[in-house]
Amino acid sequence: MQYALLVYETETDFAARDDVERKTAYRAAHLDFLNSIKGAGIAIQSVVGGAGLKPPHTATIVRKRGGSRLVVDGPYSDIKEQLGGIYLIDVADLDAALSWAERCPTASTGAVEVRPVNVD
Amino acid sequence: MNAAAAAERAARDSYGRLLALLAARSRDVAAAEDALADAFAAAISAWPRGGVPDNPEAWLFAAAKRKLIDASRRKRTANDGKAQLQLNVEELEAETAAGDMPDRRLGLMFACAHPAIEESVRTPLMLQVVLGFSAERIGAAFLVEPTAMGQRLVRAKKKICDAGVGFDVPAPSDWGARFAAVLDAIYAAYGAGWSDPLGADPERRGLAEEAIWLARVLASQLREEPEPLGLLSLMLHLEARRPARRDRDGRFVPLDEQDVGLWQRQSLGEAEALLRAAAAMKRPGRYQLEAAIQSAHATRAWRGEADWDAIVLLYDALSELTGSPVARLNAAAAIARRDGPERGLAAVEALVQLFPALNVYQPYWALKADLCARLGRGEAAAVAYDEAIAREADPAVRAFLEHKRSRL
Repeated sequence: MQYALLVYETETDFAARDDVERKTAYRAAHLDFLNSIKGAGIAIQSVVGGAGLKPPHTATIVRKRGGSRLVVDGPYSDIKEQLGGIYLIDVADLDAALSWAERCPTASTGAVEVRPVNVD
Repeated sequence: MNAAAAAERAARDSYGRLLALLAARSRDVAAAEDALADAFAAAISAWPRGGVPDNPEAWLFAAAKRKLIDASRRKRTANDGKAQLQLNVEELEAETAAGDMPDRRLGLMFACAHPAIEESVRTPLMLQVVLGFSAERIGAAFLVEPTAMGQRLVRAKKKICDAGVGFDVPAPSDWGARFAAVLDAIYAAYGAGWSDPLGADPERRGLAEEAIWLARVLASQLREEPEPLGLLSLMLHLEARRPARRDRDGRFVPLDEQDVGLWQRQSLGEAEALLRAAAAMKRPGRYQLEAAIQSAHATRAWRGEADWDAIVLLYDALSELTGSPVARLNAAAAIARRDGPERGLAAVEALVQLFPALNVYQPYWALKADLCARLGRGEAAAVAYDEAIAREADPAVRAFLEHKRSRL
């Protein structure tokens, strides 16, 4: 089954991406994570796709109401932890997905939401 | 057990085993339930005419499997490209062609107790899928409207299917909280049956027996694990005292005042043997400790006195293990029995400072009231009894507390 790991990062996590001293470690941790899924050795355990996102202050919201476009600044919901990126993986079941989510570097600072992908 | 009850029990046992087999492959509990219901309906119409087959379980399984495969084929035509379904059906056919049907009930229990499932629905879900209880029956036992319970169960089954919860028993190293959740769900089912000890409500009376049945299934499949034995021992100890928990007029009788002649020796004997077998594995746990506490109470049946030293020690160990204020409160009650009401009350008062939440807990007030009364502090005892009475839902226990208060 395919699962999206929605990675919710704290402000500190987002800041690490641009911090000269921390960005190497931050990137290396996620790269290691990605490589360990790819290298799990079992055909059905694989990375389907994924992407990191720019920090929440870069977000812009669009709505269309009554024919006009409404554009506002900021992320969709104003909460402490924000969506920082997505991994799409293909594994046997929820437990396999949860164990990968647990190994995602952000799990120990922010949170990782596991959602099955709708393939119908 | 008469023949009809034995047949019903055999059917119930088959139900869980068949559902587990069907669901493990289809991963769709609701679809497996539908297929099995069709198979049972077919049996009801076919067996009286053609005779009961030699192996009713194999007959039911073959019928249910056909229904499930038909249903999944229809679904596959409806949405093309679902290779997964094809695979599941082939696996199901291969697995059962071998002739011996593996017992997958344990995997089913683990799926029901998965942390992805809302906690309050885990026990009801287990009762429904493993034992075939209706939503009406479960709702009655858990004091929830049947329609609301039905909706929760449907949502939980949909989540198992949609989220891809697996039906394999995880490796012991990955059990984590899930194993505890399975045990807790069984004990919760027992608790729901236990709180109606008169057995006036047949729905709940049956629940205690079914919980013991589930624990037997669990213990028979996890022979290397001590905690299922501990849980089974605990429930059999409590069950042994059922006849003594109410007097002839239906009044609540506290443990201390129970007539040990009414305790069921056979259940006590089995409970003791199970606890010994668990202890031999040398991996103590919550349920073994709780069973050991009940065992220390049970010595009254042989030696005329409960083993209060052991009870205090065991409650201390349980408090350490669980951090539960309730275990600490019970430790304080045991201290009162061993060292006198003054020491007991001091322990209780120190405890409520630490855990203010005990202020809303009936047994805290009942214990405090009893200790104050023993120390001749009538006024404080009356206040505490009022607090306890206000927090008790069981009319028989409330009547008991009111009686105690009136005798101050």
